[in-house]
Amino acid sequence: MKPPRIWAWLALAFGLIYFFLPLIGTLEFSLRMRRGEYSFDAYRVVLADPQFRATFSYSVILACLTILVGVIIVVPTAYWVRLRLPRWRPVVEFITLLPLVIPPIVIVFGYIRLYNTSSILPLTGTAMGTNVLLMFGYATLSLPYMYRAVDTGLRAIDVATLTEAAESLGAGWITIMARVILPNVLVAVLSGAFLTFAIVIGEFVLAALLNRPAFGPYLQLIGANRAYEPAALAVIAFAITWACMGLIQLVTRFQKFKTVPR
Amino acid sequence: MAFLEISGLQKFYGPNHVVRDFNLDVGEGEFVSFLGPSGCGKTTTLRMVAGFETPSEGVIRIDGRDVVNLKPSQRDIGMVFQAYALFPNMTVAQNVAFGLKVAGMPRPRIAARVAEMLAIIKLPELGARFPFQLSGGQQQRVALARALAVQPKVLLLDEPLSALDAKIRVSLREEIRAIQRKLGITTIYVTHDQEEALAMSDRIVVMRDGIAEQIGDPFEIYNRPATRFVASFVGTLNVLDARLLDPATGLVTVDGQEIRLARAVRGEAGETIPISLRPQAILLGSGPDPGGRLRGRVDSVSFLGSVVRIRVALDGQNLAVDIFNTAAMRPPKPGETVDLAFATGDVLVLEGAAD
Repeated sequence: MKPPRIWAWLALAFGLIYFFLPLIGTLEFSLRMRRGEYSFDAYRVVLADPQFRATFSYSVILACLTILVGVIIVVPTAYWVRLRLPRWRPVVEFITLLPLVIPPIVIVFGYIRLYNTSSILPLTGTAMGTNVLLMFGYATLSLPYMYRAVDTGLRAIDVATLTEAAESLGAGWITIMARVILPNVLVAVLSGAFLTFAIVIGEFVLAALLNRPAFGPYLQLIGANRAYEPAALAVIAFAITWACMGLIQLVTRFQKFKTVPR
Repeated sequence: MAFLEISGLQKFYGPNHVVRDFNLDVGEGEFVSFLGPSGCGKTTTLRMVAGFETPSEGVIRIDGRDVVNLKPSQRDIGMVFQAYALFPNMTVAQNVAFGLKVAGMPRPRIAARVAEMLAIIKLPELGARFPFQLSGGQQQRVALARALAVQPKVLLLDEPLSALDAKIRVSLREEIRAIQRKLGITTIYVTHDQEEALAMSDRIVVMRDGIAEQIGDPFEIYNRPATRFVASFVGTLNVLDARLLDPATGLVTVDGQEIRLARAVRGEAGETIPISLRPQAILLGSGPDPGGRLRGRVDSVSFLGSVVRIRVALDGQNLAVDIFNTAAMRPPKPGETVDLAFATGDVLVLEGAAD
């Protein structure tokens, strides 16, 4: 009495093929730079390119700063909404979802209009100012992921009672945030951080239109001008993303304590 | 002078008046319970003492200092929560040390104090464990140690045993009381469990609808309940409608059977008044004169362990009778007619609205 089993397997197979076939194709193509045999030539070329290194490290630095700013903005906000403003949660959630609804191109044109050289805050006037603007843009783009990750983490602990317990023991707000709340949502924060990292590394629109030397525009440039290297870059980008996902798993597993006490 | 002084305390949540003119003086080292059904305002009152809620009106003084405008962290209180509220990211020792660390105590002294506290709660070997590795009872003991480590002036416990199972509840309540006595710490204990309140407290505040209905020691609360609510909430109580025949001599009839209370009763002749009797104040058989007597038919018999509860039907009303379960005496069977005897002094004439 189990005829539906076959359909389950078929659906799974279809899904796997849908996801992996293009990936395998890309991988296979990236290895064919040398005529007639497989080689890592495309990877060698890409990794030896000084521009690759420059743009990649630029994006990595920016990703780390974005994560830092994201954590500083999101963790206290999500905490405060859970603790004191539960009625505002739908509103805050809606706001954090906006970056998914508003295309990055609209966001970046808004930025350019708001922060151009003739505005009160002429961020686009200098390279450093533009870097800062780009970083905040990235923080905005990663908001939906960061907020949701942190909020889920906060849901696993009894925020209100833990806060009250810490307060009754004489702790102030900074101590409560740093010693009680943050350590308990660290795994959630990290998973948000890795998602942010993956987004920043591959982002194109913001970086291209603000004319910053990030990894995304470099990827596009190579893609438009070379044959095998873009495939190699795509595989590298995939590997980085997957490494991030793996790290989330790893961190979760190595945490000594559990946030579910009963 | 009282160590903890609460006077004229009021709390409104919008149109809801949840605590009404609450007044209480707690002596140093005293153990006071707030007892009442859920929603009676007992937890709100406790949280106002802790500083987690702001009173709409009133004064709270701890050791002579007005604390109403102080933050919880400045009030010198220790709090134990129903949900334990141990910090999941810290070990038992780190949890106990938290308040000491915040207070800036030097490290060697913290270690000594933590060891001392773990010894008091009899878990000296569990310092390195995380909360998720402990049972509920152990977690609550750690929470108690954590609250006491900072040597607060007042210890507040908000239904600390409600999440535990019955056996641990009884042993832990004895332990909490023993530790409280040993340290001599002024304590407020919130519970909806009357047995817990009776067993632990120096005094009990019975609350209903934000009002302290009666404040007294357990003996007084149980044997001399001031209102019908207190009588029915604390312990089991038979409440019977009686017709008052003669207010001056206290002659009443219950389902046609006369009872002479031998004291004046407030009311008019012919009026129906509620009188009550504890199930254990009634004996089977005809007791000594002069006493109260009733005759009825056994409705049901249930064994409650050391006690047997017999439901006896009169002519329309019925009442419960508790007798000790002894092997020497078989309880009557349903359908049998039994005589009931009681001392008229045990009959309570209650005031206050019925529930």
